[in-house]
Amino acid sequence: MRSRVAFAAGTLAAFMLAAPVFAQKQGGTLKISHRDNPPSASIHEEATISVVQPFMAVFNNLVMFDPTEKTNSPDKIVPDLAESWSYNPDQTKLTFKLRSGVKWHDGKPFSANDVKCTWDALIGKVDEKSDLIRKNPRKIWYSNLKDITVGSDTEVTFVLGRPQPSFLSMLAAGYSPVYACHANGRDMRSKPIGTGPFKVVDFKRNEAVKLVRNPDYWKKGRPYLDAIDWKIVPNRSTRTLGFVAGEFDMTFDSDVTFPMLKDVKAQKPDAVCEARPTNVNTNILINRDAPPFDKPELRRALVLAIDQKPFNDILFEGQALMSAVMLPPPYGLWGMPKEVLETLPGFGSDVAKNRAEARQIMEKLGYTKDKPLKIKVATRNIAIYRDPAVILIDQLKSIYIDAELDPIDTTVWYNKIQRKDYSVGMNLTGGGVDDPDTAFYENFHSASDRNYTAYKNPEIDALIDKQSAELDRDKRKKIVWEIEKKLAEDGARPVINHNVANTCWTPQMKGLVLQHNGIYNGWRFEDVWLDR
Amino acid sequence: MGSYLVRRFLLMALTLFGMSILIFVMLRLVPGDIADILVDAAGIADPKEKAKIAKELGLDRPIIEQYGQWIGGLTRGDLGFAYVSERPAIEEIAPRIPISAKLTLMALFFSVILGVPFGVISAVRQNTTLDYFLRVLSLSGLSLPSFWLGLLVLMASVHWFGTIPIYTNEPRGFLQEVGLLAIPAAVVGFRSSALIMRLTRSSMLEVMRQDYIRTARSKGASNTSVNYDHALRNALLPVVTIIGIEAAFLVGGLIVTETVFNIPGVARFLVEAIRWRDYPIVQNLVMLIAFVVVTVNFLVDMAYMVLDPRIKYAD
Repeated sequence: MRSRVAFAAGTLAAFMLAAPVFAQKQGGTLKISHRDNPPSASIHEEATISVVQPFMAVFNNLVMFDPTEKTNSPDKIVPDLAESWSYNPDQTKLTFKLRSGVKWHDGKPFSANDVKCTWDALIGKVDEKSDLIRKNPRKIWYSNLKDITVGSDTEVTFVLGRPQPSFLSMLAAGYSPVYACHANGRDMRSKPIGTGPFKVVDFKRNEAVKLVRNPDYWKKGRPYLDAIDWKIVPNRSTRTLGFVAGEFDMTFDSDVTFPMLKDVKAQKPDAVCEARPTNVNTNILINRDAPPFDKPELRRALVLAIDQKPFNDILFEGQALMSAVMLPPPYGLWGMPKEVLETLPGFGSDVAKNRAEARQIMEKLGYTKDKPLKIKVATRNIAIYRDPAVILIDQLKSIYIDAELDPIDTTVWYNKIQRKDYSVGMNLTGGGVDDPDTAFYENFHSASDRNYTAYKNPEIDALIDKQSAELDRDKRKKIVWEIEKKLAEDGARPVINHNVANTCWTPQMKGLVLQHNGIYNGWRFEDVWLDR
Repeated sequence: MGSYLVRRFLLMALTLFGMSILIFVMLRLVPGDIADILVDAAGIADPKEKAKIAKELGLDRPIIEQYGQWIGGLTRGDLGFAYVSERPAIEEIAPRIPISAKLTLMALFFSVILGVPFGVISAVRQNTTLDYFLRVLSLSGLSLPSFWLGLLVLMASVHWFGTIPIYTNEPRGFLQEVGLLAIPAAVVGFRSSALIMRLTRSSMLEVMRQDYIRTARSKGASNTSVNYDHALRNALLPVVTIIGIEAAFLVGGLIVTETVFNIPGVARFLVEAIRWRDYPIVQNLVMLIAFVVVTVNFLVDMAYMVLDPRIKYAD
């Protein structure tokens, strides 16, 4: 009798444990609205969520951030095409053991050569005629990567110039898929092949990106969905109404602003909406190489004039995050706590005192209320850029700066900044991985293509290299905060706030975990299923 | 008549040639090219990568050579390659033409079917309540922007019917397609119908004061016969001209309507192509629109002869 009870209890327990596995339903088409035309389908060549979100599901990385965790952390990196990895004793060689039996969507076998081919293209070790990757916005990520060697079909080694603890995190990012060696660039930009859970059926500009289930996916039982239909709907009102009407199962990532959230919840009360940082910060570009902001004291006055609160209240209903370059805790791993942040210029809570100091500086430089400094605030002629620029112009009046908005056609924005044809600019900067290496190297290192302001500070360059090589995380964090302090004191791209927005989906869509410090990660969709 | 037609065709060819130069030059006068934009979209500022893309797309060649290559290709039916999608431009443009053409024709049909009868009724019943109502309706048609009206229709549809009439999937069958395009066509055609109605009304009022109308009445012709056989036919000449012009203007209205209703037509695609400085797409599409406008103008001129037998085009 006892054994029967035990057997029954055991069976019940096993069933209960197994229940979640059976709960996922296979099939269905997930419909998502897309905000614009992705410039191409080649993730390595682009720097926008418009490309990563629809196309990440086509590819695999070597490793990835654990998709079940909300926070991307170097401690939570899991295997993808690599089964395992190891460093040599001096941490300059990172060897991956790769899965065997993996196939590209065209049926050809995946091997270590594909890995070598991809990263050779990224570090420019290809002949001139190769067009696999014709634009390389994250070249600086791999500046420490010296070589890629192939041990066998299932073994590949990344040879680094020096230890770099962030390197694995960069490989785990959504921006680091493995490309097929035999594919050409044109195909990768229009109808790419990958090893991922979904195949591209069609990518029609102004219409849709259609993905279907890869029946030969190496991860057995995945994906659950039969297909994903991304509908390109450039008009935000139409997109939102489409979601409310049930035309779409999910909004585009971070597409729902806080004022819109109220409407969505009112019209579709069962919608699941989640707010999280967008990995984009609003910041000010100051041209330090030309008058009048070649004077450090004037740059300091400008920084002291900023009051983050009105930006946050007006643009984000108070939900944006205050921080320097790195995303603040609890979302970010490297940002300063509030009490440390407030010691930085421009972050003190006593705005009146800051502005009084700024006015003193201005008066010393010969500017008064009746004789203000006249400047233009240049920005991209897009609402998300213009709106904070207008608030900035208003705030600058308090320190005798009479600024005028200079809206720039978005197509020539970077050209203008690169030519240094501006005094002050309002800018938005996104980050691929929550790691100081990507944020600092990309935006502040003198060798970076994405350091638009051409900020050059040998001391900062040295500190960036130093933190990058530091293996002890606490020690590294201290160096990171030292860099933050120096950048703030130097008025190098003063950060106003880190933006926060909402993503919504229907309650029938299950298995999606939004990554809170990495909007560019976690879009594989292989664990997502529809409860219909 | 024969030599008139030859002259007209030559003039049409000359107009299109002039247009081709204008489009080509104007596009290149706009700041930034595709290489700038592709690099900008990736958030980088590497002059080497930009130069490589420009060379690959032939943008580094002399402008005359680029023009010659385009026109040469056009005469052979080769529209070149779209810069952004890297696919043959014809493959990008061709599937979108029928969508916009159907939408334009439906909008035009809507504007004529509403505008002409309402204009006639308004004129015949001048200064009655019905006339006032129709005049207010036409005024509202002229003053409501298409995008606003479109969004209002979408909101109302979601609120009352829980559905949204946008183009997210290719329609299956004729009826579904008509259903899908009818609302946007009505929205875009509303403004034109208002214009046509006002013009028909004023033209009708003018004609109805003519001696021959009075003569027809005095000879005992019925009201219907006077209004429709005598007055309307003569009042239609300026209306036909306006319909011809409106057919061209509707393309402008389509840009907004295609965006709001998410219709993958030519107009929205053209705006997107301009934004990306996708020269092969913009050049060929603008030429197509120019061709349509020139042809419609020609057809309108021909229609004059049918409507008014007194009009003859001399050799």
